[in-house]
Amino acid sequence: MSLLRVEKMTHYFGGLRAVHNYELAIEPGQVRGLIGPNGAGKTTIFNLITGIYQPTEGKIMLDGTELNGRAPHVIASLGIGRTFQNMLLWRHMTVLEHVKMARYSKLTYGLAGAFFGTARRYQQEAESEEIALRLLKMMGVEQVADQIVLNLPYGAQRRVEMARALAMEPKVLFLDEPTAGMNPEELLQMMDIIRQIHGELGMAIFLIEHRMRVVMELCQKIQTLVFGEVIAEGTPEEIQNNPKVIDAYLGKEVVQ
Amino acid sequence: MVFFQNLINALQWGSFYALIALGYSMVYSILMLFNFAHGDIFMVGAYIGFGVSTALVSLAAMGAFALPGWLILVLTIIISMFLTSFVGMIVERVGYRPLRDAPRASAAITGLMIGIILETGNLALLGAERVKFPSLIETTTYDLGGVFVTNKKIMIVLVSITLSFALHQFIRRTRWGMAMRAMAFDFAVVPLMGVPLNRMAALTFALGSALAAAAGILFGVAYPVLDPYMGILIGWKAFVAAILGGRGSVVGATLAGFLLGFIEMFVPMIFPSTLRDFIAYTIVLLILVFRPHGFFGEAYSARLRL
Repeated sequence: MSLLRVEKMTHYFGGLRAVHNYELAIEPGQVRGLIGPNGAGKTTIFNLITGIYQPTEGKIMLDGTELNGRAPHVIASLGIGRTFQNMLLWRHMTVLEHVKMARYSKLTYGLAGAFFGTARRYQQEAESEEIALRLLKMMGVEQVADQIVLNLPYGAQRRVEMARALAMEPKVLFLDEPTAGMNPEELLQMMDIIRQIHGELGMAIFLIEHRMRVVMELCQKIQTLVFGEVIAEGTPEEIQNNPKVIDAYLGKEVVQ
Repeated sequence: MVFFQNLINALQWGSFYALIALGYSMVYSILMLFNFAHGDIFMVGAYIGFGVSTALVSLAAMGAFALPGWLILVLTIIISMFLTSFVGMIVERVGYRPLRDAPRASAAITGLMIGIILETGNLALLGAERVKFPSLIETTTYDLGGVFVTNKKIMIVLVSITLSFALHQFIRRTRWGMAMRAMAFDFAVVPLMGVPLNRMAALTFALGSALAAAAGILFGVAYPVLDPYMGILIGWKAFVAAILGGRGSVVGATLAGFLLGFIEMFVPMIFPSTLRDFIAYTIVLLILVFRPHGFFGEAYSARLRL
């Protein structure tokens, strides 16, 4: 059984059909890519699966649990971690706080514990700090743990965001253009990080990318989305040689 | 001497402003709305405190249990804070949650309406007659070389500083507080990190209302006559303090509350007291002109993104 399964998902924004009959099956430990021109509906698909929008039609299953109709915070704690195209960090919070924040749903102490400082609260907070520091170390940003995110260079901010998503211990990690706006050096580092996450944690990854090189090197299977519809699905080689994909990206003349 | 006497009074009024301002500030920073009913929640808190303390006093008089006055006061504060937090959660659930995606102006107007409903609801329930807050502790006046300080004033200032500090610690050190801070920076992304938005909104209103209730009871201790409109002017002034402190800053709202108390008390030392609020709020306006984000606020955009 697939880890994450989406069946016949369709979504309308008013009269506009943004996603049509979208199908997805991610196996445990698989790295999947989603490519397509701007406005094809890639981020919409992320938003639909993570519960920000409710799909008009279709069914979403994560590890045997139906996600349809669940609130975003429930879906997140069920096991979908996510990064964002424009990062969405909390600018004036520290790096460590970002990662600890994502542990929210893993902590169980209640309000009484918070007010009276029970042993359980201190133990859980300490444990979550330990996990956070370990993730920051893995991302290579542990030395700036106490700094405010705003002051970090762009590449480091991306790593903090990645650590934040990992802190939720997701079953599937969604990466929305993880290399957007990066210079070539940062790009290579980010690719190494994604490989490392996949290798060390064995985590299933679903990523949206614009840079062909990243998708082709990292993903085992790729979907191409155009106007909300998957026009091609396959291995990197298959996608690269698919005439429909070349057509969508480069225009008709090239094919003819 | 006059200076120190005014200082004591400023600290007392600053305590009221600070406690109420914290509620405004938290709700504003997290949900991007001004809860204009907050001054009236202060009023409701004072009345709940009146009800609780009257009940406890009559129970004690009946000989059910003989509690000393100060213990009744402590119990009144704790029980009323708890009860008023539910008033805040109901206001959020009924008045604000359905309007979360509505234009901010609608939510602001909701606040005004809820305020009027609370005021007139109180009138309908208890009538137009003012009620007298029971006297729970004897006033003792200490003469510190010509400056007169009462035990009540000391208590008011201590309680308000303690509660502000407790809130500050809560926000800095707990997962709930951390979520509240994160929501202040980016509201939309927080649920995707596994944090339940509605529960956080309810919690924010509950905390703010509990602090307003504490302010209401302290106010009742200092000025024992309560009326349904007591929350309006003090609520507006605390709102000014919240803005002056800066969005979402607990330290800022507290300090600005006290600053407002100081300005209000010291202006009459120099100018005629009839001009007190006129001059005091002109000064506040000037501060805001030069520091539009308040003392501790950072420049921000109110746009929600995803």
